[in-house]
Amino acid sequence: MTLLNSITVFVLAVFIGFEIISKVPTMLHTPLMSGTNAIHGIVLVGAMLIAGSADSDLEKALAFVAVVFGTINVVGGFLVTDRMLEMFKRKPSKPESE
Amino acid sequence: MTPLLALSQTAINFTYLVAAVLLIVGIRRLSSPPTARSGNWIAAVGMGIAIFFTFLSPDITSYWLIFAGMAVGTVIGVVSARLVKMTAIPQMVALFNGVGGGAAALIAAAEFHRIAPAAGHLSGDSVGAMLFSALIGSISFSGSLVAFGKLQEVLPGHPITYAGQQVVNAVLFAALLALGVLAGSTEQGIWLVLLLLGALLFGVLLVLPIGGADMPVVISLLNAFTGLAAASAGFVLQNTALIIGGTLVGASGTLLTVLMGRAMNRSIANVLFGAFGAAPTEGAAPASTDGKSYREVTADDTAVMLAYAQRVVVVPGYGLAVAQAQHAVRELADLLEARGVDVKYAIHPVAGRMPGHMNVLLAEAQVPYPQLYDMDDINPEFPRTDVALVIGANDVTNPAARDNPESPLYGMPILNVDQAANVVILKRSMNPGFAGIDNDLFYEANSAMLFGDAKSSVEKLVAAVKAA
Repeated sequence: MTLLNSITVFVLAVFIGFEIISKVPTMLHTPLMSGTNAIHGIVLVGAMLIAGSADSDLEKALAFVAVVFGTINVVGGFLVTDRMLEMFKRKPSKPESE
Repeated sequence: MTPLLALSQTAINFTYLVAAVLLIVGIRRLSSPPTARSGNWIAAVGMGIAIFFTFLSPDITSYWLIFAGMAVGTVIGVVSARLVKMTAIPQMVALFNGVGGGAAALIAAAEFHRIAPAAGHLSGDSVGAMLFSALIGSISFSGSLVAFGKLQEVLPGHPITYAGQQVVNAVLFAALLALGVLAGSTEQGIWLVLLLLGALLFGVLLVLPIGGADMPVVISLLNAFTGLAAASAGFVLQNTALIIGGTLVGASGTLLTVLMGRAMNRSIANVLFGAFGAAPTEGAAPASTDGKSYREVTADDTAVMLAYAQRVVVVPGYGLAVAQAQHAVRELADLLEARGVDVKYAIHPVAGRMPGHMNVLLAEAQVPYPQLYDMDDINPEFPRTDVALVIGANDVTNPAARDNPESPLYGMPILNVDQAANVVILKRSMNPGFAGIDNDLFYEANSAMLFGDAKSSVEKLVAAVKAA
C-alpha cells in the first residue's frame, strides 16, 4: 500500500469520526468514551503482526507485552462498556408517564 | 511453525474493510440510547473479525507468542472488567486507555529495533509515523496512569503545581522533538529509548497539574491520543485496520473531548494549563467560614418536609455514588411517589466524575428514564420546587459559578438548586468538594445540612417517611 493510499484512508476516517458522533446525548458520553476506548484496541492487530514475525529476543519481549496490553484494551474495553449499557435497560413493568 | 492457512494480503485487506464498516456502524449505534448496547457488540464483532483474519496473515510465522500474550491479556481484561465497581468505571477506562497507548509505543519500538540495525533502511515514509506513535503512545500511557492514580485517590486529586511548570513542560517537549529528529536521522536505538522515557515523563508532568474534577476531559483527550497513536502504528505497518480504527477514535475522541469541555464551559487549553482549583480554601472550619454560618437539620424533619411536599427534585452527585446510595434513593423516591409527591432527578452533565456517569449509576438502581432530567430541562423547574435534595453533589450546585466573577468556577453552568423553596444538602462534613472550592449554597438562608454518610442518611429518611 502506498503512502498516498494510507493518507487517503486516514483523511476519510477523520471525517467519518467527526460525523458519526455529532449528536450524542450527555448520558451516553461515558459509554461512548468507553466504547471508542475499546476500538483503539485494534492496535492489538499491529501487536500480533509484530509478535508473529519477531526475530530477536528483545523484539519478542516488546511484542509480547504489546499483545498483552492490546488484549486488555480490547477485552476489558468491550466488556466494561457492555456492563454500563446493560444498566440502561428499561424496566418493562414500570409504566412510562411521559 | 508454518502458517496455519495463509490468505493473500488482498483477501485479508478485504476482511479489514468488513471490520472497519462494523466498527463505524458500532460507534454510530453507540451514540443513541436504544441501539447503544447492540452497537457495542457490533463493534466487538468487527474487532473479532480483524483479529481472527490477522492470524491468517502471510506475515505471521509464529503463533505461540501471540496466544500466550492474548491468554494473559484476556484473563486480566475479563477479571478487571467484571470485578470493577460501577463507581470506579472512570479510572478503569483510564487504565484500558493507557495500555492501548503503551501497546502502540511498544509496536513502534519493536519495529524500530527490527529495521534500525541495517542503517539506511528506515524509509522517510514510516520513520515519522514510528516516532509519532512512540511519542504519543508513551504520553498516553503514563498520563492515563496518573489519571488513574488521581481518580483512585492513590495520588492527591488536587492539582500539583510549581513555579515555572509550563516552562519545564515546554522545554521537555522541545527536547522530545529534538530526540525524535536524532532518532530518525541517526537510526540509533539509544535516542529512541531516551525519546520513550522522556515521553513517559512528559505524560506524567502533563496530567499532574490537572485537578481531579477535570479528569474526565483529560481521559477523553488521552483516549483520542491513543487513537492517533494506533493510527500511526498503522502507517508504520501499512495496515488499513489500524489506520481506520485508530483514526475513528482519534477524531471522535477529539470531538467528544470538546463536547465535554463545553458542558463544563471550559476550553481544552484551560483544562490542560489552567490548574483548576489550585488554591483550595484553607481548612474546613466546622462552624463557619469567613463569618458565614449554616443550618443543620435532622433526618426526621427532612422526612416530614419531603412527605408533605408537592415537588421534590433529587440532585445526585459523586457522594451518592461513593456511598452506593442509589438503591436507597430510589426506594425513597418510590415512597414519596406513592404519597403523591412529584419526584424528579436533576442530572448535571458532569455529575459524578464523568459525563453520563450518574445516569449509569441511577440506571443500575433501576430509576426510570422519564424521571431523569438534563440541566437545561430541570433548571426552569427549581423556582416551583418545594424541596431540592442534594445528595453528595457539590460544585455543580455552587451559585458562585453563576454570580461571582471572582470564583474559579465562574462560568460553569450549574443546577439552580438555590432557587428551590427549601434545599437539603446531604453531606459527610463541611469539607469542600472535589475541586477544592467552598460552596456558597451551604450558607444560603433556605439551605440546611443533613450530615452523615449519604447511604445511611437516605435510609434514615426512608424509615422516617414511612412513619410520617
